[in-house]
Amino acid sequence: MDVLEKLAILTDAAKYDVACTSSGVDRSGQPGKTGSTVASGICHSFAADGRCISLLKVLMTNQCVYDCKYCVNRTSRDTQRTAFAPRELADLTINFYRRNYIEGLFLSSGVLKSPDYTMERMIEAIEILRTEYSFNGYIHVKSIPGADNSLIQRMGLLVDRMSVNIELPSEDSLGQLAPQKTPEAILRPMGLIRAGIEENKSDLVVYRHAPKFVPAGQSTQLIIGATPDSDHRILTLSEGLYKKYNLKRVFFSAYTPIVDDPMLPSLFSAPPLLREHRLYQADWLLRFYGFTANEIVDAKNPNMNLAIDPKCNWALRHLDQFPIEVSRASYERLLRVPGIGVLSARKIVQARRTCSLTFEGLRKLGVVLKRARFFVTCQGKVDEGVIIRPDTVLRGLLSKNDLRMLPAASGDQMTFLDVPDMARSLGGMPVNAYGYLPEKGTRENAKQYEFGIHI
Amino acid sequence: MQNNTNLVYIYDGTLEGFLCCVYESYVRHEIPVQIRTEEDAGQPLLLEETEWIRTDMEHAGKIYESIDRKIALEAQDFIREAFLTCLPDKEIFMYRFIRMGYQYGRSVMDRLTDDTVGALIKAVRNLRRESHNFMGFVRFTIYDGVMVSCISPKNRVLPLLSDHFTNRYPDETFLIYDRTHQMAVVHKPEGTLLTAMHHLSLPPIDDAEKAYHTLWKCFQKTIAIEERHNPKCQMNHMPKRFWADMTEFES
Repeated sequence: MDVLEKLAILTDAAKYDVACTSSGVDRSGQPGKTGSTVASGICHSFAADGRCISLLKVLMTNQCVYDCKYCVNRTSRDTQRTAFAPRELADLTINFYRRNYIEGLFLSSGVLKSPDYTMERMIEAIEILRTEYSFNGYIHVKSIPGADNSLIQRMGLLVDRMSVNIELPSEDSLGQLAPQKTPEAILRPMGLIRAGIEENKSDLVVYRHAPKFVPAGQSTQLIIGATPDSDHRILTLSEGLYKKYNLKRVFFSAYTPIVDDPMLPSLFSAPPLLREHRLYQADWLLRFYGFTANEIVDAKNPNMNLAIDPKCNWALRHLDQFPIEVSRASYERLLRVPGIGVLSARKIVQARRTCSLTFEGLRKLGVVLKRARFFVTCQGKVDEGVIIRPDTVLRGLLSKNDLRMLPAASGDQMTFLDVPDMARSLGGMPVNAYGYLPEKGTRENAKQYEFGIHI
Repeated sequence: MQNNTNLVYIYDGTLEGFLCCVYESYVRHEIPVQIRTEEDAGQPLLLEETEWIRTDMEHAGKIYESIDRKIALEAQDFIREAFLTCLPDKEIFMYRFIRMGYQYGRSVMDRLTDDTVGALIKAVRNLRRESHNFMGFVRFTIYDGVMVSCISPKNRVLPLLSDHFTNRYPDETFLIYDRTHQMAVVHKPEGTLLTAMHHLSLPPIDDAEKAYHTLWKCFQKTIAIEERHNPKCQMNHMPKRFWADMTEFES
């Protein structure tokens, strides 16, 4: 079989892995070597599904001794099998890299013969790249569950990022769909990588040139929608992984039905893309916005409201904490405002050093006020035309697309009851939750306002 | 200072030339309404008073150094980057920025709501974004060991790209040709050169090169998940204007 055929098969078998980031480590080029890495990562192309292509994402082999039910490469599936020779893969990588097609290699594999044998072949390919071809670009490797500690240690010194896929968010699901894998087989290497990184940190203090162990950190992936696990379970698990294992990223992969099995969603069900999107939004809140998993979902409401993004949902349930004054609020408080992200919050903090901010000024900064205007004041004033009442706020927060999904409001005032789940999350909230809006005259203003945003 | 409403400075199109315009305006106690290059100048408009500003390295150096001393070190980088942007009339914005900087000092960098500062910051952000995009979207084709790439950027991204690729491929020989601004960066292990280039003709590619083009196209196509097909998202991240020079989209 020629390389082109192998590439087609081993790419197709690798495409369901979502991670393709080349971020987390800044490494300058060196004379005599090929390559460098950039902390922010670089996208080299975008596939027809809109996902970024940063690394050459392939499997070493799609042969596998395991029979995990959700996996395209499971041993009982009738499909064409092949494997890269270590040198073939190294040649392909360095040649793609020289043409600036890719930022580096993302290597994963089915389990051929045994986990140790598979890891050894992967290490061989990467050693050719690193030593013979002096490759200094990015390498992300998926560690093989069950591989020996010494192999993980060796691999860690060659690559930038190592990850172990958890795939299924609970022990029950794992037991049902991947009976040959145990949580221990997944968590042991994660713990080992974490320990390796920490040990390496203290080595680097003593010896500046100590070889770096997984400098871009580790990540993992969870499959969404293959099992009945709730958002609460997924997010608390992610939070725990960030805290306990110092993971850099937890990736979510909407389950695409590829295998017909009574235990899995049918072949005709669409991948839960919106849920995956909402989980990523929640993940951002955990990593950059100072939220905890329990603020986003809790045991009572274990799933997120798909109609509205998790930050808005949180804000609607905590209207008593708004509005906030942009000229005084701390950076952390600004981050809690729907529509204000890390960049906008930074710009506000920077700009208010020299002048007092107005809504006009915020627009000039490039802060998108579509949502934020319902939650902030400038010099104590609300934005022109804004009536802050739960129903108007809700209308303002939903996108045109969201509104189309709702039952027709037929000119009446929309209530929270119209949005699924919203009634529950807002149950019992007084209409005048902001406290500062006079009850009198609201109706008239409201009409005027509604005219403005009529859908 | 005399605010002359129809005074136009003409300079040679270099950063040093522009800095000399700032120098001359202070020496002559006058404020130009526009600063243009010779090419952009064309026929002077009615009632326009044009003044040719000669480039003097010493004067330029004085202004450049004063930006660090009176404003901030970051302001020097900012001015250098602003000069590479495609903002129309960028010179007059930069001129006003430097004047404001002399007045307010370092805090001018925080005046994000000011029209002049805001416009420049936006333009520089656009430059950086475009240059970051090209760090990924540049495609080299190898001709006899020489890596060649052609691009059509809006901003003058070559100096930024040159730093990135020189660092990445220190021992290679490569050329990146910018059609829009008729410039090229040429890197050899011995050194790097940024030069004007009006035309580039290339020989046909050999079989080994063709094979890598085919492999890359195969990978780019196969990695997409059909069930998630989303061309709009693809185009948001990678607008069509980049496609013409990318290997994966050549026919």
